[in-house]
Amino acid sequence: MENLITINLKVNGVAVTKAVEPRTHLVDFLRNELSLTGSHAGCEHGVCGACTVLVDGEIVRGCLTLACQLEGAAVETVEGLTESGAIADLQTAFHQRNALQCGYCTPGMLVCASALINEQPQASREEIREYMSGNYCRCTGYEAIVDAIELTAKNRAAGQELAKVKA
Amino acid sequence: MKPQPFAYRRASNLADACAMLDAHAGNARILAGGQSLIPALALRLSQPELLIDISQLADLRGIRVTATEMVIGALTRHADIERSQDVRRLFPTLAEAARHIAHPAIRNRGTIGGSLALADPAAEWPAAALAFDMRFTAVSSKGERMLAATEFFRGLYETALEPGEVLKSIHVPLPGANRRAAFGELTRRRGDYAIVGAFVNAGISGGKLTAPRVAFFAVAAQPLLAKGAMAALDGSAGDAAALAAARACLEADLDPIADLYNGRATKLHLCGVLLGRLVAKLAA
Repeated sequence: MENLITINLKVNGVAVTKAVEPRTHLVDFLRNELSLTGSHAGCEHGVCGACTVLVDGEIVRGCLTLACQLEGAAVETVEGLTESGAIADLQTAFHQRNALQCGYCTPGMLVCASALINEQPQASREEIREYMSGNYCRCTGYEAIVDAIELTAKNRAAGQELAKVKA
Repeated sequence: MKPQPFAYRRASNLADACAMLDAHAGNARILAGGQSLIPALALRLSQPELLIDISQLADLRGIRVTATEMVIGALTRHADIERSQDVRRLFPTLAEAARHIAHPAIRNRGTIGGSLALADPAAEWPAAALAFDMRFTAVSSKGERMLAATEFFRGLYETALEPGEVLKSIHVPLPGANRRAAFGELTRRRGDYAIVGAFVNAGISGGKLTAPRVAFFAVAAQPLLAKGAMAALDGSAGDAAALAAARACLEADLDPIADLYNGRATKLHLCGVLLGRLVAKLAA
């Protein structure tokens, strides 16, 4: 009794209309239908966080969201955040602090960390660890990742202070 | 890790969802936030023919406060409860507990109604429902009925919901002037399912605990009120002697199932530790 469901949504600002199998989750949809392979399918049952993307501005697990549920939604992936420059400083900090080795978890880490810095710009290291606890890294370890996120949050706060002084 | 194929329909209202449930008796599942259902589908632990998506039913989402109770729509997300000013003001313990449910990305989609209807014995909301004496409104094509949390949880993933019924709202009686509550859980890592967890909700009068409710989770096939411990604490100052008496009741009150890392005895011990911490929090 399976049938295809047609969905209209925006992905990284671009309008998309596609017919999808109901069982297709958002990461497979992004990767296989739209060739947006930045978001990674890791555990596919909501544990690892490699598939973290934004839906209507909020982070979600791409593997725990069915594509057919996303009629009218706005999805943003690591590709969109990269092209807009929204996370350029975070990406530079990850590079500088050696916060990645194999890179498999990195897209999910970046999307999750970006949401964290927006929601809690003053987050302590403990709060960063708490917020990022749903994103697993199996090779780099978390110290450098927390360093990179903390550095970015501090730089952005300092930049805003500087802008205030100049104004 | 791909689910078995299934059909998908968006319900246009609750009556529509109930009609579809009736028409596909036993072979349809309600999709709310999907944060437990979708992994169960991926692992093929659940293989429905049809998913009925209620997640867009806006009237099932939101929190309102009346003169006697707080009413939480079943589709209210964990993140909404975590951030709600009403919840923070009236039930800070529930806002605190919300922050311990999985991770932010999951709290942005998972719903309180979904969690209660699933009745995972290690989940926070079912135990909170017992500790705060919540009631639920369930809807079917036959109409609405009210269910008390104390009658709702029947066993492992088993509830008093009948086939064809959908959870609509959660009713939390407003706390009396002297009620205080505390929440705690022990986990290996932040966001993991708890090894054991508990809510304590008690009146404080003249330095004494009155009518305490102590609800544990991850201690049996279903969340449980620790009735012996509640009786032992009632009317006491929550002092060492009362706590010792309450802890002595836990073995009879609870029935912990060993997990990979913690045996029954360890879990019982941890329940006693947690109870002590929560009673101390109440007194503080």
